[in-house]
Amino acid sequence: MITFGQIKKAVLVSIWFMFLTFPIMVIRVNPVEHIVEWRWKNMLLVGVGSFILSFVWHYFIRRKELGAQKAELGEWAEAIPLAQRIRSKKTLYKPALVAAGIFALAFPFIFSLYQTNIMASALIYVMLGLGLNIVVGLAGLLDLGYVAFYAVGAYAYALLNYHFGLSFWMVLPIGAALGATFGILLGFPVLRLRGDYLAIVTLGFGEIIRIILENWNEFSFGPSGIANIPRPSLFGIDLSVHNATIYIYYIMIGLCLLTIFVVNRLQDSRIGRAWIALREDETACQAMGIDKTKTKLTAFALGAMWAGMSGVVFAAKTTFVNPASFTIWESIIILCIVVLGGMGSILGVIAGALVLILMPEYLRALSEFRMLAFGILLVVMMVFRPGGLIPNVRRTYKFEGVANDEKS
Amino acid sequence: MLKLQNVQTFYGNIQALKDVTIQISEGEIVSLIGSNGAGKSTTLMAICGIVPPRSGEILFMGQPITHMEPDRIVSLGICQVPEGRRIFPHLSVLENLDMGAFLRKDRSQIKRDMEYLFELFPLLAQRRHQAGGTLSGGEQQMLAISRALMARPKLLLLDEPSLGLAPLIVKRTFEIVRKINTENKTTIFLVEQNANLALKVAARGYVMENGRITLTDSSENLLANEGVKKAYLGF
Ligand SMILES: Nc1ncnc2c1ncn2[C@@H]1O[C@H](COP(=O)(O)OP(=O)(O)O)[C@@H](O)[C@H]1O
Ligand SMILES: [Mg+2]
Repeated sequence: MITFGQIKKAVLVSIWFMFLTFPIMVIRVNPVEHIVEWRWKNMLLVGVGSFILSFVWHYFIRRKELGAQKAELGEWAEAIPLAQRIRSKKTLYKPALVAAGIFALAFPFIFSLYQTNIMASALIYVMLGLGLNIVVGLAGLLDLGYVAFYAVGAYAYALLNYHFGLSFWMVLPIGAALGATFGILLGFPVLRLRGDYLAIVTLGFGEIIRIILENWNEFSFGPSGIANIPRPSLFGIDLSVHNATIYIYYIMIGLCLLTIFVVNRLQDSRIGRAWIALREDETACQAMGIDKTKTKLTAFALGAMWAGMSGVVFAAKTTFVNPASFTIWESIIILCIVVLGGMGSILGVIAGALVLILMPEYLRALSEFRMLAFGILLVVMMVFRPGGLIPNVRRTYKFEGVANDEKS
Repeated sequence: MLKLQNVQTFYGNIQALKDVTIQISEGEIVSLIGSNGAGKSTTLMAICGIVPPRSGEILFMGQPITHMEPDRIVSLGICQVPEGRRIFPHLSVLENLDMGAFLRKDRSQIKRDMEYLFELFPLLAQRRHQAGGTLSGGEQQMLAISRALMARPKLLLLDEPSLGLAPLIVKRTFEIVRKINTENKTTIFLVEQNANLALKVAARGYVMENGRITLTDSSENLLANEGVKKAYLGF
């Protein structure tokens, strides 16, 4: 299996890496003794390491190409990911769904409060991911300022509660409405932009919101933020911290179910298809009488709405908000959730959020390498599974034969 | 039915249409022929409001539509089959058709229209769940025409339906065009580079050169015209 050509390629890669890392890995200037240390051992390590990595890398690339060839030859079963095979089989899908539901409901009683808390955070990201999925995955508008709507929701609860004493349940719909309003406000100026330009302008918008929150002290209390935000109450009864955490977990389960339901309906609605159509061909859409402006604004508004709601929950959960929670890094994580999970795929986004948010929590020991691992994970994913963890079903073409199989 | 009066259209500073005047009556098939880059597609884009004219006037059934939004113009009854078909590759055939009916609300009537189109194009019926991007060129053309018909247009604009299709498919396409015209009383404005075919289907034609209408006559006379013969029929 291993040919001379493959070894040669790996050797070349390792030489190239040794050359590249030479200045930082081998040479060390010792300013005290005025000498240069030559650490040749490091060079050897880099050489061997990159040789092995390159070899493994190419092995997997070859395997992937073989897989693609098989798929072309019509061996579809191999190419369809497990999650989708489960989904397309009713006998498997229903029990899997029920099991997942029972697990989700029983979670706070099986695991510790700490775990429940982390899970509630992950669910907030599920909701954020599903919201951004409308804008990026369905409508194809690259939004790098999504965190702004999250901030709008969080500050809506913090400020409305501080000034007017409004409760969590009163602010939840207000947060959604404010999120949607800000979505439209951002939508208007960027309607004509596409791709890179859109990404840059939305990125700027996200930063503007954060900077306003940081500097407008009279309004938002600046960088010190707002503390002592009440947790949600159950029928007017204030809960202990322990019970409130579990309560928030269940609120998030409910909100996530609502999001999934709505996004699912949207996907199969005319407006959902219009988003996909608009992503694919704007001119053809105009020729069909699809109003570009209205359709895009709807996507922005419906996407931002969920961020507004999850912002309210976030504020109630942490009982403290400040601008540092809403940096561009948050936007990027949410975008990664969507891309990594599978654009346009609800199951994919849920999987993406759980992986990206839970993994760092459980790998705290490796926290120094978090960013590195994150980067590597993204690169590897994009090479081997460009459709995401659980790609959108729409991407796999549906033949009449497959449809008949489903019915029987 | 449709009247373009001294229409001038620009892309930035480049003038694509110069003083274009065209008139189409109800029930007609009229063709617009011209070589590549003459401004034929731009004319259709101007009518649809996608590239609105800088000056001049466009009237549809007596109503000025010059500066209307594209979706309003479609709702008045003008629909275009764009050049190169431009169907939505990731949407299924059914979903593509549904996009054509975007402005309509009458669910049951939409369903009946789809059934009618599936009778007209049995091949599409077989592939109704298949993604548009996996259809062959000829099937895509059928889908593009069907999609436009789903809007129930009074005036159908066809931009180079023969482009890149095998001669047999082209022949079938033009038969369908004629059928749509006689059965549904749909007025058709047909843009073509293939002048020979276009003039056989249409009763009248306009000839466009460098953004200007240089000639208009009955198809018979155009086919006999020495200049047209030389420039577009390859004699
Ligand atoms: N989007 C555009 N931007 C700038 N110029 C364009 C654009 N579309 C077409 N043109 C120019 O307008 C002229 C007419 O083009 P078009 O209407 O597409 O011609 P035809 O359909 O007859 O081949 C050409 O010179 C072309 O280069
Ligand atoms: Mg053209």
